[in-house]
Amino acid sequence: MKSFFHFVIDFLRAGFTGGVLFWAWMLFLSFFIMLWGYGEYVQIANGMIVTGLNDQVSWGFYLANFVFMVGVAAAAVTVVFPAYVYHHKELHKIVVLGEMIAIAAVVMCMLFVVAHMGRPDRLWHIFPVIGIFNWPNAMLTWDVIVLSGYLVLNIVGGFYFLYKKYTGEEMNKVFYLSVVFIAIVWALSIHTVTAFLINTMPARPMWFHSMMPIKFITTAFAAGPSLIIIIFLLVRRFTPLKIADEAFHMLSQIVVWCLGIALFLTLSEIVTELYPSTEHSLGLQYLMFGYHGLNALVPFFWTAMVLMIGSFILLLIPRVRKNLAILPFICIAAFVGIWIEKGMGLMLPGVIPTPVGEFAEYVPSHIEFMVVGGVWAIGFFLLTFMLKGAVAVLLGDVRYQGASGQQSVAVTAEATS
Amino acid sequence: MQKEQQQADKDSTDGTQRRDFLRKAGSYTVTSLSGAAMLLAKPNTAKATTKVTWEEHFQKNYRLMTDEEKQEAVDRLETRYSDEFGKKVTVGDTPAIDGVLFGYALNIQKCIGCRRCVKACVAENNQSRGNEQQIEWIRVLRMEKGNFTEEDRNENGYPEDYGIQVGGNAYKPVGVVLEGQHYYQPDKVPEKDAFYFPMQCMQCEKPPCVKVCPVRTTYRDPDGIVVIDYNWCIGCRMCIGACPYWARRFNWGEPNLPKEEMNPITHYLGNRPRMKGVVEKCTFCVQRTRKGRWTACVEACPVGARKLGNLLDPDSDIRKVLATKKVFRLRADLNTYPKFFYYMD
Repeated sequence: MKSFFHFVIDFLRAGFTGGVLFWAWMLFLSFFIMLWGYGEYVQIANGMIVTGLNDQVSWGFYLANFVFMVGVAAAAVTVVFPAYVYHHKELHKIVVLGEMIAIAAVVMCMLFVVAHMGRPDRLWHIFPVIGIFNWPNAMLTWDVIVLSGYLVLNIVGGFYFLYKKYTGEEMNKVFYLSVVFIAIVWALSIHTVTAFLINTMPARPMWFHSMMPIKFITTAFAAGPSLIIIIFLLVRRFTPLKIADEAFHMLSQIVVWCLGIALFLTLSEIVTELYPSTEHSLGLQYLMFGYHGLNALVPFFWTAMVLMIGSFILLLIPRVRKNLAILPFICIAAFVGIWIEKGMGLMLPGVIPTPVGEFAEYVPSHIEFMVVGGVWAIGFFLLTFMLKGAVAVLLGDVRYQGASGQQSVAVTAEATS
Repeated sequence: MQKEQQQADKDSTDGTQRRDFLRKAGSYTVTSLSGAAMLLAKPNTAKATTKVTWEEHFQKNYRLMTDEEKQEAVDRLETRYSDEFGKKVTVGDTPAIDGVLFGYALNIQKCIGCRRCVKACVAENNQSRGNEQQIEWIRVLRMEKGNFTEEDRNENGYPEDYGIQVGGNAYKPVGVVLEGQHYYQPDKVPEKDAFYFPMQCMQCEKPPCVKVCPVRTTYRDPDGIVVIDYNWCIGCRMCIGACPYWARRFNWGEPNLPKEEMNPITHYLGNRPRMKGVVEKCTFCVQRTRKGRWTACVEACPVGARKLGNLLDPDSDIRKVLATKKVFRLRADLNTYPKFFYYMD
């Protein structure tokens, strides 16, 4: 127990130790976190009227980002799965970093949901026992279960590993591996359930198709590893932790295939909807071509398509895919493309037109931008801190040295950062 | 129009927002996250207060309350509303009557599109009104008669003269472009080239909104009315997404209900004043119908196009309509089993 206490202290210390660049980055994020606080305050004080949402378009920027981040959270499995199922040695060494990314992403998801709620002060109503949990009827309750479960699994799995590394004790393999394998299946469930959340409503024909879960998972497993590649490259650049090239090759291969499947699914959806061109396809038509002059989404859709197709084609070329100087830029392109396509490009045409056929365009308000930007900042803040701590533990800079060893731990942590 | 107004409102308040919320922060009455500290203060229930008390904030879902708890909740609300609106407000809790299943029939052949039902509904049910936030539970769609004209052929489109906004780089206003639109503003109704199609909550027997509600705040009462406990709603708007009839409205901001216009005869599950951040919709005037009265819209209709009745009573108007008229339901393909029927003579 005492060693655990030391672990917490040392982890915190290692996470918040760094040079000028580190503090500048954290300060930069803090600025946006303050904006988030301001935005949330304005929204809670005045109601959702400060957003660009209305009865016609009642789901928007918050849920768009929520759906996307669930995908990023689930995508941690692209590190965990090859590591434990295919015994990919290089990924195995850094698997815990993937879990840290998942934790940050799930926290962001939860903050997006709270921002979307009209009455966050009544959040407790949805907690089992003290509130009422409309389970198994309401898909949202399934989402609550899988998301909080995923958060717990990753915290337990990730920090158990780090803690054991910290103390130098043997891990309980049975316990640890069961957590890991449950988390692998669970990762798929969070994105599947999130897809079910929106595709089980015939009132919204654009979403009402059974391809949603697999499309969610493939886009997630393209966008997620793209982000992970970038983060791992940064870790390799800014810390002494060695991440082998093979790890990146594995991840970029996952990106390219998932991106390919995602594009194929998009094509299938477009043909299925546009060939008969019923009224049910109006959402998609509005997204792709605009409708009677309302075309706010059109440039976004085509930008997303160019980014996704472009990065897919580039990644297909082995020489490009394996060039780690070019790879991050392609990853950024894929990530941004999917963020658009799966965020606003999915959320808005689902609710436009309304069930009575009314087209109302939606532009997020500045409050929504503040809150969304702030949640991203919170995610990166958390991630930076956790990655720094985790890397320090992985490198062995931070380890348990008995009750008297605290002093030297702090010194070594200082030296490495 | 709602959108337009909200947008306009936002544009106009953007500048004053900061000052506005600072002012509000001082006098804020509804509990919120930021009001947690306020909640810790000792609640004072004896005194009439506009504040939502600790007890009200932490009360149970209405359906799970015991009779005593219901009474307490009702008393609390009556005190608060009476104080807030400066008149004696009653909050009813009449439960569903045994042997009653409400059904509604609307004669689209008779409807003249005057929207008196809409006005009567707003007056009866204490919806938010004014420019800031106008909530209407009934929407009357104006349907073009004979929807093919020379222009249709030439310009390859549907009517698009009625816009709720000019969006994007639109060079002409675009609004409802499918079968009908509900922003029509004629000098006189009925118009020669149109017929009208009112829509409101269909009180489905298999309501998709109830199924998706994560906290069971909206549920179907035994008399077939889908109700909402406004005090339990978390504002997630899943129900708005799931409703195929666009019947549900959200209180985006604090509702604006002038004291003098407030209808003091209310029901807990019906027309009592709502708070910001919750969903509301038509309840077939539960405060009236459970006491044997017509809904406000039935009373207001000048042409007798609206009929309400007990589906379980063979002699009721609604049963006669079902037996003798050409009846259809909206979006029957979705198997929601609406109890709102449209008919023609």
